[in-house]
Amino acid sequence: MSAVSEEPAAASRRGGGSRVLERLRRVTGPQWCGWAGIALGVLSFYVTLPPVLIRSIAPSIVIGLVGLTLGAIAVRAGEKRVGWGAVVASLAGILGAYGAVSSGVTNLDRVVVWSALLAAALRYATPLTFAALGGVTSERSGVVNIGLEGMMLMGAFFGAWGADVTSSWVGGLAIGMLAGAATGFVHAVFAISLRADQIVSGTAINFLALGITGYLFVKIYGDEGTPDNLPAIPDVHLPIGGIPFIGDGLEQLNLMIWLGLLLVALLTAFLFRTPQGLRLRSVGENPLAADTAGISPIRVRYLAVIASGAFAAMGGVFLSIGFVHSFNQNMIAGKGFIGLAAVIFGKWKPGGALAAALLFGFSSALAQRLPVFSPSTATLFQALPYVLTLIAVAGLVGRSRPPAADGIPYERH
Amino acid sequence: MSIEPEPGTVTVASRLSGFMRGGGILVPVVTALIAFLVGGIVVLATGANPIDTYKAIFDGSGLNWLFPWVTGDDRTLAALNLQQTLLLTTPLILTGLAVAFAFRAGLFNIGGQGQYLIGSFAAVWVGSSFADMATLPHVVLSVVAACAAGGAWAGIAGLLKATTGANEVISTIMLNWTAVYLGFYLFGLGGPLQNSDPQQQSVPVSNDVVASAQLHVFWGDPELQGLHIGIFIALVTVAVFWVLLNRSVTGYEVRAVGFSPDAAEYGGISAGRSYVKVMLICGIFAGLAGACDVLGWQFRVATNDIQVSQVGFYGIAVALLGRNTAVGTVAAALLFGALLNGTSVRNLDPSIFEPQLATNLTYIIQGLIVLFVSAPVLVTSLSRGRLRARRKPMPKPEVRTGAGA
Repeated sequence: MSAVSEEPAAASRRGGGSRVLERLRRVTGPQWCGWAGIALGVLSFYVTLPPVLIRSIAPSIVIGLVGLTLGAIAVRAGEKRVGWGAVVASLAGILGAYGAVSSGVTNLDRVVVWSALLAAALRYATPLTFAALGGVTSERSGVVNIGLEGMMLMGAFFGAWGADVTSSWVGGLAIGMLAGAATGFVHAVFAISLRADQIVSGTAINFLALGITGYLFVKIYGDEGTPDNLPAIPDVHLPIGGIPFIGDGLEQLNLMIWLGLLLVALLTAFLFRTPQGLRLRSVGENPLAADTAGISPIRVRYLAVIASGAFAAMGGVFLSIGFVHSFNQNMIAGKGFIGLAAVIFGKWKPGGALAAALLFGFSSALAQRLPVFSPSTATLFQALPYVLTLIAVAGLVGRSRPPAADGIPYERH
Repeated sequence: MSIEPEPGTVTVASRLSGFMRGGGILVPVVTALIAFLVGGIVVLATGANPIDTYKAIFDGSGLNWLFPWVTGDDRTLAALNLQQTLLLTTPLILTGLAVAFAFRAGLFNIGGQGQYLIGSFAAVWVGSSFADMATLPHVVLSVVAACAAGGAWAGIAGLLKATTGANEVISTIMLNWTAVYLGFYLFGLGGPLQNSDPQQQSVPVSNDVVASAQLHVFWGDPELQGLHIGIFIALVTVAVFWVLLNRSVTGYEVRAVGFSPDAAEYGGISAGRSYVKVMLICGIFAGLAGACDVLGWQFRVATNDIQVSQVGFYGIAVALLGRNTAVGTVAAALLFGALLNGTSVRNLDPSIFEPQLATNLTYIIQGLIVLFVSAPVLVTSLSRGRLRARRKPMPKPEVRTGAGA
């Protein structure tokens, strides 16, 4: 698949530039107002945080009110989504600024370390990104994949086991992805060939993965757990330490983080810039029409769901041998479902899913540091991905709409 | 072996239609048998004897108490084990009903876990407050609070579905995890409902349920987690479920919407209102499960338990295996309750099979059951294949297990 998408990816980057410009030209006046309002809302909070650290609420209120006004103008001009976004951002910005001003400088300095937050956000976002990419691939072809959690778990265990057996992280990654693909295949057989209820078979996949990985883990590693000297996926060192803000954050990150970002670009190019991608999407929107046009929905869906399993498993592999460096029973602990949330929040697009995963990752990173203020409130922060997704599916802020044939088994006549 | 018990509910079963009886009992039984067969193969591959292992699990579940020839110390032990099994069966029945009721209305309530948790939070909060209340009003108040909380939590998903069309699968999943983190917040260190005893400042656990709010233990030692009256609450709820679904206007509307929302709308039934009602009722069932556990034997909520708890997810398997019927749900809940208890570290003889492995075996068996039940094609070919099966009995299950493994 990557061989196919390699070239169009480069092409889209060239073509992409002009397309962005074209889009920007189409953006209307009121929409600019709204975006500026959102930016001002963020700014009103930002100025009270390190390193700017203004210790007075007044500037934030002024900036926030300007943002609020711009938002209101945008709403009045009919740009409802961006406009309301600006209003909410401005109000939240002022509230945040109030919180920051009324808390101690030492605490703020300890919590808000941008480079560390950036690195942590990327680290937390990566498993979610892989899971979400798996979800996008599968659901774009019309198969709902609730089993992402289980597929990640398979990747996590078999990644660790494979790394242990082959004594190399490459072997771990390969075996983990194979296990994920195999799990995807099982889901595909039931969801596509047997026309099972896809939610139910996805739920079954989660139970099965929990049982299989737990069983093998206890059987192979017993009470001692995975060995300490498990081969690890290496970090990538970039000589950019000197650049302020992002330099410190991006200097030393795990290889899988960069692979995840690369996969987002490749998948976007594949889905939206290649004939194969168009076929996959058409099967997800209208399989009958696709079938009439000579595309086999069954074949496309099988490939998509198997790839979906492999992608999600990569997230699991990263967790076990790139992040935690061990395997524990049920170690995914809901990350597959946050990945699913990222799919929906990102409107079934790889780029959107990445943005959602980054947002969720950032909230996790922040939750990790917030206990300085209040340990109990910090845990509430971790519910943010779920609450935001709930709001997103409800369509309160721009409706998320799945592919038309998502979840409907295709029956050939 | 494990589906057949519950002779007392046969009268209800006999009132179900002939189709449901024929296709309705055979298919789940065969499904479960295949799953146990695969589980046996897994046990065999581990190097243990599957028959001995299943016998040990069966004994660990205490179901051998039903055999009159088990006497003496064995019988005492079996009684203790059976109490444990029924303790676990109680919430499984209720969370099973929470899923089954939604299924009959054409909704997939994957959020039983969250509703169960929210119910248990409410129950422990009310149950550990008002220490001066009399027993009956306190128990009733706690149970009602749990039902209301569970219902409200599920109602969010119903309301979103009715007003914005939000997919209830996604919203209930999100509500599950929101409930988990809400629990971490409430009972975690420094949380508003964390234990108020200064000695327990570093323990993330709730206050204990006071004696006046605890459910009466009628079989076994109250100090040793004897069986509380929650099992009767669950059985009464099963009857309510059946009456509500099959003999009430609400049930008729719910089923009509389940068959076809458009046709129901055309017939004057508001699908949106039906969704809200259904989710409310489902949430009440699941919240009741939380109340039974907290007021019956747990008496407290710890953040660790919140993390580990799977009761609501088991409810999905219970409802699916029980084909969303009242009797089926009870039978399936008993099966899973026995399986869970029989494979627990405390009850399974480690010399026959390692309990940690057996716990995961339970997940595998459960996953296989749900997987097989998920495919209606598989199920129909199974019942149609009954005639053919006489000629070639063996290959069919093999093909199926091959696909599942």
